[in-house]
Amino acid sequence: MATTAMPHSTTAGPTAPTGLWSWITTTDHKRIGVMYGVTAFVFFLIGGLEALIIRLQLGAPGNSIVSAEHYNQLFTMHGTTMVFLAIMPLSAAFFNFVIPLQIGARDVAFPRLNAFSYWVFLLGGLFMNASFLAGPLFGTGTLSVAPDAGWFGYANLTSPQFSPGPNIDFWVLGLQILGIASLAAGFNFITTIINLRAPGMRLMRMPVFTWMSFVTQFLIVTAFPVITIGLVFLMFDRVFGTNFYRVSAGGDVLLWQHLFWLFGHPEVYILILPAMGIVSEVLPTFSRKPLFGYAVVVYSGVLIGVVGWGVWAHHMFATGLGPIADSVFSASTMLIAVPTGVKIFNWIATMWGGRLEFRPAMLFAIGFIAQFIIGGLSGVMHASPPADLQQTDTYFVVAHFHYVLVGGAVFGLFAGFYYWWPKVFGHTLRDGLGKLHFWLMFVGVNLTFFPMHFSGLLGMPRRIYTYGADLGLNTFNLLSTAGALLTGVAVLVFVINMFLSRRGPPAGPNPWNAATLEWATDSPPPVYNFTVIPTVHDLLPLWRKGGMEPSPLPATPPAPIHVPPGSVWPLCAAIGIITMGVGALMHHHLVPSLATALVGLAVLVVSIYQWAFEPFEV
Amino acid sequence: MARAFLRRFRVSPWIVGLALVTPLVLMACSGDPYPQSTLHPTSDTSEAIDALYRNIFWWAVFVFVVVQSALVYTIIRFRSRPGAPEARQIHGNTIVEIAWTLAPAAILVAIAVPTIRTIFKLKGDAPADAVQVEVVGHQWWWEYRYPQLGIVTANELHLPQGRPVALSISSADVIHSFWAPKLSGKRDAMPGRTTHLAFTPDSVGTFHGQCAEFCGASHANMRLRVMVEAPADFDTWVARQTAAPVAVDSSDALVLAGEAAFKKIRDPAAHSCIICHTMAGVSGGIAGPNLTHVGSRTTIAGGTLPSDSAGIAQWLRNPMAEKPGSLMPTIDLTDDEIAALVAYLQSRK
Repeated sequence: MATTAMPHSTTAGPTAPTGLWSWITTTDHKRIGVMYGVTAFVFFLIGGLEALIIRLQLGAPGNSIVSAEHYNQLFTMHGTTMVFLAIMPLSAAFFNFVIPLQIGARDVAFPRLNAFSYWVFLLGGLFMNASFLAGPLFGTGTLSVAPDAGWFGYANLTSPQFSPGPNIDFWVLGLQILGIASLAAGFNFITTIINLRAPGMRLMRMPVFTWMSFVTQFLIVTAFPVITIGLVFLMFDRVFGTNFYRVSAGGDVLLWQHLFWLFGHPEVYILILPAMGIVSEVLPTFSRKPLFGYAVVVYSGVLIGVVGWGVWAHHMFATGLGPIADSVFSASTMLIAVPTGVKIFNWIATMWGGRLEFRPAMLFAIGFIAQFIIGGLSGVMHASPPADLQQTDTYFVVAHFHYVLVGGAVFGLFAGFYYWWPKVFGHTLRDGLGKLHFWLMFVGVNLTFFPMHFSGLLGMPRRIYTYGADLGLNTFNLLSTAGALLTGVAVLVFVINMFLSRRGPPAGPNPWNAATLEWATDSPPPVYNFTVIPTVHDLLPLWRKGGMEPSPLPATPPAPIHVPPGSVWPLCAAIGIITMGVGALMHHHLVPSLATALVGLAVLVVSIYQWAFEPFEV
Repeated sequence: MARAFLRRFRVSPWIVGLALVTPLVLMACSGDPYPQSTLHPTSDTSEAIDALYRNIFWWAVFVFVVVQSALVYTIIRFRSRPGAPEARQIHGNTIVEIAWTLAPAAILVAIAVPTIRTIFKLKGDAPADAVQVEVVGHQWWWEYRYPQLGIVTANELHLPQGRPVALSISSADVIHSFWAPKLSGKRDAMPGRTTHLAFTPDSVGTFHGQCAEFCGASHANMRLRVMVEAPADFDTWVARQTAAPVAVDSSDALVLAGEAAFKKIRDPAAHSCIICHTMAGVSGGIAGPNLTHVGSRTTIAGGTLPSDSAGIAQWLRNPMAEKPGSLMPTIDLTDDEIAALVAYLQSRK
């Protein structure tokens, strides 16, 4: 195993090499975490820009800021980007940086596989977004050939008959490539959490963030194969002329919907569970009190993950599943509200009786709770199939899942940014700007998404680039647009804060007096994380009974520490995969397509061979 | 001071709740401003949905107020103050946790029971004497066929007040979703499948709707109207739709020119009106809407343009601009031809 690698000379202080090459070949989970964070944040800004254009277009009825075709590309790429390129990899940034530290490990179980996940994600994201500029290469007469059938890509709109251009090819191939990254990371973190916990860290002593991430990894490795099957069928239909979704040849358009939502609903929990984990770390720290009902919070997270597999058809009530299926999926969906509600009560009880310090991380965690309550309640509303027949595919649903994913997941991730920033960079983000960021964002998000409940109930469908002026929707849409702009300003404040805080005073190992292991080591942590692997006796190792003395770790390692060496082969393997994707993209021209795909395959095979037989010394 | 602040905050969740409810109440008092509203039902089906929704809505308001109040109260009461003692290190409380597991479960049962009752009530079964309509979604317009009456029309669905209606819904191309909120919830129109909706309209009026499943470039322009008429008015409409088309007025040179323009075979042939449209006695194309009685409709182009001279002319001049991606191409028509076609089409009552 790679972690038993070369003997590294180790003393206190920065021993990691610097320079571009060291980042390209890095297998250090902390650096990979930072790269995930930076890349995903850039995609988050791109997805946000797409959202702003969408909101400007909808600010008034009959606007023509973008054409219908471009609008459809924008909302497709907004959804695809935010789900697969922003929120998931931002969570992955925290998995990477925080989990090994929280469980007292030196790195993840498979450091090079971890680098491979990152490079596949980066190249997959670039591949997908290259579609905005790739039109000339396909002779379509337009600059942009971005995917345009929605992030849910319903068959048979995605068939060659109704989407003949390269748009859907970018989407179907891009998602398969990104799936490889997610699956590799999922197996890596499951192995890491099971095998690399510090002595004494039993499962029920794991920090809640690690626990929720653990559940998330199981959802990833079980849900992504399902969408992969759906995508392979679609790719075969488009490239080889098969008939999985071609109705005239006996195919079935509902097959896609079942496969997509069988993946798609667990995906919702893949997006929200890590944020719930972050909130469960932040609230106790700034309440100066342990999490209320740790075991129940963990079990309800596991239960959400399990029951999340039995609710997919609630996305399909309008297809007419029949009263029995409607009733069953309605009941299972409502059932999920119980463990979710329990979590909310436990979080409030955690704060009850505490000494609450309203640092920016805490504000975002509280904002998460307040807004997640709203998203949860509207979720119960359309768990009821008859009510859902009015609400589905309207802005009511847009309001619902943005309360969950922006009010919830994104607020949770921002809480994580403020919370772990000093651990990652050694200095805290500025408090004042952080609070300004929070309040602007809190007002902006609610101003954007609360009016959408009304536009939806008043009959505004989703995914429309224009709407009639006579439907009474003008005011609500204008409010949403104003809110979106305010949210944009809030994110800008955060960006400014990142830059202004670069030269803050050193934060020290544990600036928040938090209780979990990552705060026992330096900020930023040395390349080997811990001078000695700590032994864990308690759920909250740094909050020993009767005080908050950190468990003692020596300042320098008593013996040389083995750390994984760098490797360039993960990146090369990722390049091979992308090249194969580019080959498949050219499927209308057989010879160049096959040639490119074979070159990609060769690069992939050689890279994996080199990777497997890489000597341990660099 | 602090207590006054606290007391003010204790009240505020109720203000939040009121702010939430007031617009809904106001909306319930007005009718016309929201022609596509889900909150102003005008059929047995939409009323059943609305009643269920309002039931769930009030539960949601109740939970919202209780939980947000608890959150706000906790934040204010336990905020860190100088000199405050260390927080007591409480890890949990089994009784309390069981209680707040059971409470939401009980509320969910209270929601689930009427939900399942309503599901079975709205199964989609209609009595045998219901008005049968086959709804077919096309990119991007709606086709309505009345098999009992022998009528084929587009975008504007005429229904009699007080009689059960049974819709059989399918699609000619991609997935659409038929949605006229005041009359019913959505039902998807899928190729290769037939789905069903049943309802009895209870008020006369014109109700807006539109496609609710993303179906390509002009999804936003796939609108529809439902005209619910008193039974006598409906019978008049049926009589006119089933009657032979009115003869072309041979004294009106403009209409005659329009008929000629309509029949003309153009280059390319796909730019000829008669290739795609049915006009009883003239042509039998099926790619576009049946135009036999197009002059009796109030809107054209998937319900996006008024069926007046200006609207029809605007559509004929550049269909792509009105409905991006439209299967109807931009045809090289002279202004005279457009004026003549407008007159001809408007005469097809």
